[in-house]
Amino acid sequence: MARTIIPFGPQHPVLPEPVHLKLVVEDEIVKEAVPALGYVHRGLEKLVQIRDYHQMIQIVERVCGICSCIHAKAYCQGIETLMGVEVPDRGRFLRVIWGELHRVHSHLLWLGLFADAFGFESVFQQFWKVREKIMDMMEATAGNRVIISVNVVGGTRYDLSPEQLRWILEGLVEVEQGVKALQKTMLEDYTVKARTVGVGVLTREQALELGAAGPTLRGSGVAQDMRQLGYSAYSDLDFEPVVETGGDSYSRSTVRFREVLQSIDLVRQAIARLPEGDTRVPVKGNPEGEVVVRVEQPRGELLYYIKANGTKFLDRCRIRTPTFANVPPLLAMVGGLELADVPVVVLSIDPCISCTER
Amino acid sequence: MLFMTQNILKNFVRPKATRAYPFVVREPFENFRGELVNDMDKCIFCSMCAKKCPSQCITVDRTTGTWDCDPYACVYCSVCVDSCPVNSLSMKNQHRKPAVVKEPLLLKGTPPQPKKKTGARAKASGSETPPADRTAPGGDDTPKAE
Repeated sequence: MARTIIPFGPQHPVLPEPVHLKLVVEDEIVKEAVPALGYVHRGLEKLVQIRDYHQMIQIVERVCGICSCIHAKAYCQGIETLMGVEVPDRGRFLRVIWGELHRVHSHLLWLGLFADAFGFESVFQQFWKVREKIMDMMEATAGNRVIISVNVVGGTRYDLSPEQLRWILEGLVEVEQGVKALQKTMLEDYTVKARTVGVGVLTREQALELGAAGPTLRGSGVAQDMRQLGYSAYSDLDFEPVVETGGDSYSRSTVRFREVLQSIDLVRQAIARLPEGDTRVPVKGNPEGEVVVRVEQPRGELLYYIKANGTKFLDRCRIRTPTFANVPPLLAMVGGLELADVPVVVLSIDPCISCTER
Repeated sequence: MLFMTQNILKNFVRPKATRAYPFVVREPFENFRGELVNDMDKCIFCSMCAKKCPSQCITVDRTTGTWDCDPYACVYCSVCVDSCPVNSLSMKNQHRKPAVVKEPLLLKGTPPQPKKKTGARAKASGSETPPADRTAPGGDDTPKAE
């Protein structure tokens, strides 16, 4: 059959957010994919010119709901570096605790959506049921379910009491059991493997060449995790990046599955080593200079470039998000696939379009 | 094979994960940021909340004594609560009720009257000589003062 263009998105049952792919197909085999972005562009970076650098924290949190805490953390780290502010130890550890809880809820959300993408509705609901416990933890400790707004320049706004820490640890046991109960279904089930193993393969060389980030990169066998840089309190915690070598959708889901357990472990470590003291230091003055911050978001490397001019308004705040980096690898993965596999592979990079378009 | 069956069977005996919402309501968490409230007896109309608000949903008018918040623009970040110098702002842990009409939250109060101070200054300046009218429009520019 002659080549045909099939539109995929911007509204598609598998996509939580709008992205458009023009799929050039021949006999139901995808030959090429052309992306079209820009459906949720909000121009948030421009707001640095009319909102002061403290107000920008709440704005960068809204770049992406799912990883809001980590966006704010990256932004605050940048401003702190420019102003020479040293965050107290307790503040650093608390940032890790909330950041990792965010990663757990993001990965559980994705695992559910991924199961939904290949039609396993009961696993989808089961993962989201487990995730609800994490949402409760954030609501109880930080006052909101998703956009928790805990980071400020100089530390964290809230502290965790011993009772809350104990409650989090008890809740994590429940979450871990819930996740482990689904391990076999997600990683060993025949039907799941039939839909994911060998589908959307990205080799190690391709991943490096095309600049993949996060679990997409680690799923192709590259042990790169920005947390290895040791920002916040990661330098004081023990962890190894989760790596899988398959490079297919199955490997990427395995990486995320194992990272849920890794993040639970990191929260436990951080709580066990949580030092006493203040959570924040007062900050005076305005930032000046340029800085680049790299942190690990649930989807991969997040980069902030901040340029400040000594006034309360910044000159520039450029945000490069992991999904932006993962679009070229996605286009490479989609080539040669059967049309029915495209939704699964598109979801396997965990696309966050609000992040990408800001 | 049949790895999910175990979970499904367990779900038959486990309590339900959801609740019959309008009839069964979970107690809100203590620290939940549900609704912004302002105690107008304490408010001094300093506009600090309006300046700090990232979504700029608060308008304070000192002359008319009104404190206006658009709850549909508010992002419930509680920055205003942290910045209030007299702790008149607080967050209720119960979220707002659904509404049919988007009505702003308009509160009225009596702004503190700086009459005594100005009266004292007027008296002082009246007894001596000039600066009374100089302080009003261009009080900041220093060098030209007599």
